[in-house]
Amino acid sequence: MSAFMENIDWSEIGQATLDTLSMLGGSMVLTVIFGLPLGVILFLTGKGQMLQNRVANGVLSLAVNILRSVPFVILLIVMIPLTVTLVGTSLGVAGAIPPLVVGAAPFFARLVETALREVDKGVIEASFAMGAKRRQVVLGALLPEAMPGLIAAATVTAIALVSYTAMAGVVGAGGLGDLAIRFGYQRFQTDVMVVTVVLLLVLVQALQMVGDAVVRRVSHR
Amino acid sequence: MITFQDVSKTYAGAGGRAALTNVSLSVAPGEVFGVIGASGAGKSTLIRLINGLEKASGGKVVVDGDDVAALGVEGLRSLRRRVGMIFQHFNLLSSKTVAGNVAFPLKLAGRPDAEVKARTAELLARVGLSDFAGKYPAQLSGGQKQRVGIARALATGPKVLLCDEATSALDPETTEQILELVSNLNRELGLTIVLITHEMDVVRRVCDRVAVLEGGGVVEEGAVEDVFLHPTSATARRFVMEADGVPADGALVGGRVVRLTFRGEATYKPILGVVARETGVDYSILGGRIHRLRETPYGQLTLSLTGGDVEAAIARFQADGVRVDLITEAGR
Repeated sequence: MSAFMENIDWSEIGQATLDTLSMLGGSMVLTVIFGLPLGVILFLTGKGQMLQNRVANGVLSLAVNILRSVPFVILLIVMIPLTVTLVGTSLGVAGAIPPLVVGAAPFFARLVETALREVDKGVIEASFAMGAKRRQVVLGALLPEAMPGLIAAATVTAIALVSYTAMAGVVGAGGLGDLAIRFGYQRFQTDVMVVTVVLLLVLVQALQMVGDAVVRRVSHR
Repeated sequence: MITFQDVSKTYAGAGGRAALTNVSLSVAPGEVFGVIGASGAGKSTLIRLINGLEKASGGKVVVDGDDVAALGVEGLRSLRRRVGMIFQHFNLLSSKTVAGNVAFPLKLAGRPDAEVKARTAELLARVGLSDFAGKYPAQLSGGQKQRVGIARALATGPKVLLCDEATSALDPETTEQILELVSNLNRELGLTIVLITHEMDVVRRVCDRVAVLEGGGVVEEGAVEDVFLHPTSATARRFVMEADGVPADGALVGGRVVRLTFRGEATYKPILGVVARETGVDYSILGGRIHRLRETPYGQLTLSLTGGDVEAAIARFQADGVRVDLITEAGR
């Protein structure tokens, strides 16, 4: 048996790690930008809420469910034409970000909706009683009150994105998942597989710890 | 200050439950007005009609000269700055500090930062929480939370304070302190106060007038002294007896159950023994209290009278200036 680490090219591993981190960072930012308002609208148009609207809520909810029910590997492939239109390529970090966002934003939106439902209705009523406008209630009371839940939702979403980036390797996105598949799996280089999986594990662990710490920081319950 | 003219409220949806039917009331400026009722009587709907959190289905609610239903978005916001509200569960923002909570309505109203800061400090001093400005609601006791709620409700300088079961989640001692504070606000700021409660004791301690709500309608209304000492409706009588610790079902004890009300001199006469000897009536005391109704001292006893000449006993009590209310007839 040859030396365990003989197949490891650390510069390639370093590059793949960077790629994974930029896919994660880019898609996470966009997921929050699209998913947060979507989640807020899902919540506000829901039954008994201030913008109650069965039609709008039903349509949005259905759209979210459709996107969430498509397996991510399939989403990666069917989105290729759209991805090329949006960013000019379906390859590399840039090509991975559109499907990552489309896959994660509806997931995040649902978590946001759930976090907002946890907010005490009495606090919302009190805000209106103090003369708040709807916008002030949402920005000044609803979102701040839901902040611990929103941070927890973002943490769960970021971790889901880590595994999505690994899958994106299948369609040439690069990153640690790509290394694991091309070298670790297809060329039987177990050491590459082990190193990439350990790095992904470290990443997930770090995200969870940071997320938990921020939740503790913003929670005053 | 507040008038309800023939106000009804029916909730939309299956069944269309009527919460209030044809309620007419009026609350004078500077008055402490209590609304008492069991849960489901419609009191929480009633108080929410005053600041437009609920819309009346019929009739008219006029507050501080404004017809609430006719107000636009801006008019309603302006009204809500003139009508503060406190809640049973305080409804403080857990994400904001004590000072942040008190400052919130001022920020909503777009007041400048310097004013917000000064006013917040002033309000916290008024409710005795200056040292707690930087704490979060979760670090406070129930009574302290309600004080923050009161400071917050007063922030925009309202003329009216609505109290939605404001002491129902507090222990008796804290309830006493909060009611004291509310009373002081009424006196010192000339604040008109509407409070809803299911506890007669709360009404007795702070209210000038009270309306008794049952099944969405007002069954009795009047000065607290009158309603408390001589309730005419069955609902009011039940609340008063509950407050006295008398079992609501007087029939359980047998005999004729009467309530004696002593005010002034009569309170100190040894009248029970005298009447028992003279008329041969036996009595058992079901409940009672010697108390002050705001300024007036009074005594009230609920008795079950058996044997002897019950009619003569009642006449004898009355001759001595004791008011007698019949709670149940004999033999029931």
